[in-house]
Amino acid sequence: MTTLFEAVDVVKSFGGLTALQRVSFALDGGIASIIGPNGAGKTTLFNVFTGLYGPDSGTVSFRGQPLIGLRPDQITALGVCRTFQNIRLFANMTAAENVLVGMHARIRLGLRDVLTRGGRFVETERGLWQRAASLLERVGLRGKANEVARNLPYGEQRRLELARALASEPALLLLDEPTAGMTQSEAGTLMSLLRRLVGDLSLAIVLIEHNMRVVMEVSDRVTVLDHGEKIAEGPPRDVQADARVIEAYLGRRATARRAAP
Amino acid sequence: MISAATAVAYVALSTAAVALFPRSILVFLIFQGSLLYAYIAKIPGWLRATLLAAALLVLMPLIGTYNGYYLEVATQVGIFVALALGLNIVVGLAGLLDLGYVAFFAVGAYSWAIFGSPHANVLFGGGGFPLPSWWFYPFLVIGLTMAAGTGILLGLPVLRLRGDYLAIVTLGFGEVIRVLANNLDKPINVTNGPRGITPISRPPLPVEISYGVGFYFLVLLIVVVVILVNRRLEDSHIGRAWEAMREDQLAAQAMGVPLVRAKLLAFAAGASFAGVMGVVFSAKQVFINPESFTFLESIGVLAMVILGGMGSIPGAIIGATVVTVLNLQVLKGLSLWLNELKNAGVTIFGYNLAGLPTQLEPAKYERMIFGLILVFMMIFRPQGIFPARRRQRELGES
Repeated sequence: MTTLFEAVDVVKSFGGLTALQRVSFALDGGIASIIGPNGAGKTTLFNVFTGLYGPDSGTVSFRGQPLIGLRPDQITALGVCRTFQNIRLFANMTAAENVLVGMHARIRLGLRDVLTRGGRFVETERGLWQRAASLLERVGLRGKANEVARNLPYGEQRRLELARALASEPALLLLDEPTAGMTQSEAGTLMSLLRRLVGDLSLAIVLIEHNMRVVMEVSDRVTVLDHGEKIAEGPPRDVQADARVIEAYLGRRATARRAAP
Repeated sequence: MISAATAVAYVALSTAAVALFPRSILVFLIFQGSLLYAYIAKIPGWLRATLLAAALLVLMPLIGTYNGYYLEVATQVGIFVALALGLNIVVGLAGLLDLGYVAFFAVGAYSWAIFGSPHANVLFGGGGFPLPSWWFYPFLVIGLTMAAGTGILLGLPVLRLRGDYLAIVTLGFGEVIRVLANNLDKPINVTNGPRGITPISRPPLPVEISYGVGFYFLVLLIVVVVILVNRRLEDSHIGRAWEAMREDQLAAQAMGVPLVRAKLLAFAAGASFAGVMGVVFSAKQVFINPESFTFLESIGVLAMVILGGMGSIPGAIIGATVVTVLNLQVLKGLSLWLNELKNAGVTIFGYNLAGLPTQLEPAKYERMIFGLILVFMMIFRPQGIFPARRRQRELGES
């Protein structure tokens, strides 16, 4: 059986700066986290995975199909969807409309259906709105369907982004700092939601996260990037104790001090 | 109840007033205002629909028998409403700033002008042209297709461009089409250059009251179809994808919207409305030349969309109406009135208007006043007259 998602030796550089140096990453299910200091290349990795950047070399494949060279919308149609670090909602559209746009790749209606507005169109459209409502409810935005996205509070915007990504029926979900700006308890609620999603929808999730408590609690596996290189990978407990990881986060002296006593 | 009675009375009285004073531009404006009132007043939907339908289907043609010019104004308004609705898709919904929109209007206009006039004989030889006038109707579809094709042709090279860059390229495209129309009289005489093409056949009309009334109904019918198509596009996954693209192109693509197809569809849809109205326009004018398709026309249509409210169908309609009525009626009427005062030698503040130098002729203020209205409108109501409102939906939340 092929791996669900696999990236091998991805290299990406911008001018003289090497953002990713032969990074490999594979996932079959559950929740994997990618952590690392600012500028480590985490978001760049996501951008390569979702087709926003083409890598200089290396391969990325999903269910055995190579993704390199595909457009972002094609990758979404295959079942890989993402959220953004700095929320990128469709600010002037309602919450429900945001979610509906997420379903775009799954809509099998042509121009003719739209113009004739026959039974097939009406039926499909009704189904879409119902699904949007249930997705909003799932992420805790019940009753907010008609709110314009930019009027929602920050935490709700993050959850709306999650609902929008879920709308594309992904098998792999890439979340770029989903708890940024949330309180510890909000973050906890979101994480238990993610856990449920993995169970209910048999979804695989990759998280980029800075909130260490969240990472350690929710992840099945943690990957650490530093300066574009993968420096550690494994179960949260092992990674936490890894000397190179501590060095990357706290500097060399901290490692020494920790080792001394 | 009171507002319902007011609306009915307002429409009825203003119609009667137009019948009494068929020459008064002010009275016709009051009639137009009554339609606007009927639209925005808090009255039951069926009454609003009845009032507007009665006004457009019965009262307006009736007014046309008192003063034919008003029917001409209404027909022009219809043409520009369709243009504004088309541009509204491209600029208002999809967020692609198009400054060369009139090019598609020109494509539609020339497609019928060439084949619906003896000019095609020069082009193809023989004497088979003009085509019989009923060909006008197939040409509505042909003009639509030609314009949509031109829209895609414009769309392809500008797919990667956004904002200012896109605006500049579309501006250039509009100019290219106009210059082509101006110069394609040699080596092969396609457009007859600046001399233009005439006489262009007018379509046979089933309504035999008067030609003006029949043509008014034709334009009205096309506008209704255009509005219907617009609403259906907007209220579908296609319209939502356009808006998503306007809001955040990158996020839209990441959510599965194929940008290339969505953009080309927006250009083609917008262009097709202009193409249809181009065919109608050339038949109405009987004569066209490149002067009708200048950059200023593109800007005029854009002003209608912005004035009315970007991305809003009622906005595009009201914007087109206001600008057209201003240009054809109010500003003209104003300068005529000032001229009368001048000719009569009226004295204002001790100054005799008859002594006004020719540089200050009232007709020359028309554009200036129009410009001032735009400026004030944008300062005091930047979102437009009828800004786009989000559809509120009852979701089947369990």
